[in-house]
Amino acid sequence: MKYALLLMGHVNDPACGEEGGASPEEFFAFDQEITAAGVVVSSFALEDPDQAVTVGSNAQGERIVSSGPFAEVQEFVGGGYIIDVANIDEAIQWARKSPASAAGGHVEIRPVAPY
Amino acid sequence: MRRVLAAIDRDARARILATLARRFGDLDLAEDATQDAFAQAITSWPHTGVPESPEAWLKTAAKRKALDVVRRESVLAQKLARLRIEQERAPAPDRLGDPADATAVQAVPDERLALFFACAHPAMSIEDRVALTLRFVAGLTTAEVAHALLVPVTTMQQRIVRAKKRIRTLGVPLEVPPREQLPARLAEVQRVVYLLYAEGFARSVGEAHVRDDLTTEAIRLARVLRALVGGEACVQAASSELTGLLALLLLTEARRPARVNGSEGQPVPLAAQDRQLWNREFIVEGLALAEAAAGAPGAGPYAIQAAIAAVHAEAESFAQTDWKQIAVLYGLLEAHEPGPVVRLGRAVALGRAHGPAVGRRLLDSLAGDPALARFRPFHIARAVTLEELADYSGAAAAYRLALAIPGNEAEDGYLAAALDGILGELRG
Repeated sequence: MKYALLLMGHVNDPACGEEGGASPEEFFAFDQEITAAGVVVSSFALEDPDQAVTVGSNAQGERIVSSGPFAEVQEFVGGGYIIDVANIDEAIQWARKSPASAAGGHVEIRPVAPY
Repeated sequence: MRRVLAAIDRDARARILATLARRFGDLDLAEDATQDAFAQAITSWPHTGVPESPEAWLKTAAKRKALDVVRRESVLAQKLARLRIEQERAPAPDRLGDPADATAVQAVPDERLALFFACAHPAMSIEDRVALTLRFVAGLTTAEVAHALLVPVTTMQQRIVRAKKRIRTLGVPLEVPPREQLPARLAEVQRVVYLLYAEGFARSVGEAHVRDDLTTEAIRLARVLRALVGGEACVQAASSELTGLLALLLLTEARRPARVNGSEGQPVPLAAQDRQLWNREFIVEGLALAEAAAGAPGAGPYAIQAAIAAVHAEAESFAQTDWKQIAVLYGLLEAHEPGPVVRLGRAVALGRAHGPAVGRRLLDSLAGDPALARFRPFHIARAVTLEELADYSGAAAAYRLALAIPGNEAEDGYLAAALDGILGELRG
């Protein structure tokens, strides 16, 4: 089954590389391990949420482009993996190993819908 | 014939379901196929006669039904191919022949352990875990689960349908977890069994103080779990806790006949219980199991709680209870599971061992804990201790605090009566 591992951060917590946050080296090491295991379908890492550009619609249905994330986000996706593993237990094992689930962050696991 | 089918108890039905669920990795398919097999038995047994092993016959019939569905439905077939059970289909399923031929299989393996783990999976909500375990491991009907958990039947139907969908969508494996995950996962399964018992033992809402069916069911599940895990050699360390859990439930259940006052259904505190009413059979079995659990490596919170229950069970009377030993055991328990309720237990035991003045000092030192402030037994323990010290106004205040916390009606009645008694002392 395919699962998305969404590596979540919180705006009030130390960012990657900051004092108290996970270090980039830890993320690189995890990336090497999960890639070597042959379960990664695809992966991505995102710039900080303040670098976002948001495209939405106004009351008239016209597209509106604005700077920054939608509303005031507290939690944001910092990166993610799509993995192909046997079951939720294996997905949980990878989420446990990820530095993103250490103090100050969490990993949200979502099954990929089979469309 | 219907009599024979009725004699196939829900344990057997749950075993058949478990085998199919594990083999095909799909709860819905397993349920439908089991249902169909029972229907087939009703129509064919009158002609063919009842097979030698009805359970083996039903299991074979259910497997054939499931394979028929798999052959029809390509989506399921793909899923099964991924689960690498195509090999199982290879030796021409047609040659399974009539299920009646399968009576040679006498010993039917019990594969419910895998279902235990799936139903108590940490990816499911705790309400779902309890409902699924009752439905699929204990083999209750949905209506029976609804009744046991005091939920309307339609609500329970929806909950179980949603929970099954979640098992499928999330890809919760219907398998025994790999060895390295076993201890943690087994603890989750035990927690569900313990919660079932605790829920039955003291209802937090509703009229009845004790729910017989739920406590009986929990003990039955604890037995099944212990027997199933006993067969898995790799989990020796966990078995002392499984033994401890069963001992704890039996020793607690043994006191049940003395725990409520017949006509009113009001709870009777341990100090006032007629120990002649305690169930000797459960005590004998529970004591032996508690001893075995305490002596085995890996003894943890359940083994320690069983040891505490054993000290109570062995005491001739409340006054003759070895409270010092109980305090020591609570100290051990605190090392495993530190928490306000354990500290309360230790404070009460020390108060009993060294007198109410010590008890009051220890209880007052816990008064700042917000969890205990909302916990009825804490205020009741203070009330009883203050009453023993002849501080009746303090005791009355403590009973009032207890009554202000929501609980079941039977306990409300008991507390109101206790408060009346204290107020009588104050007036007298």
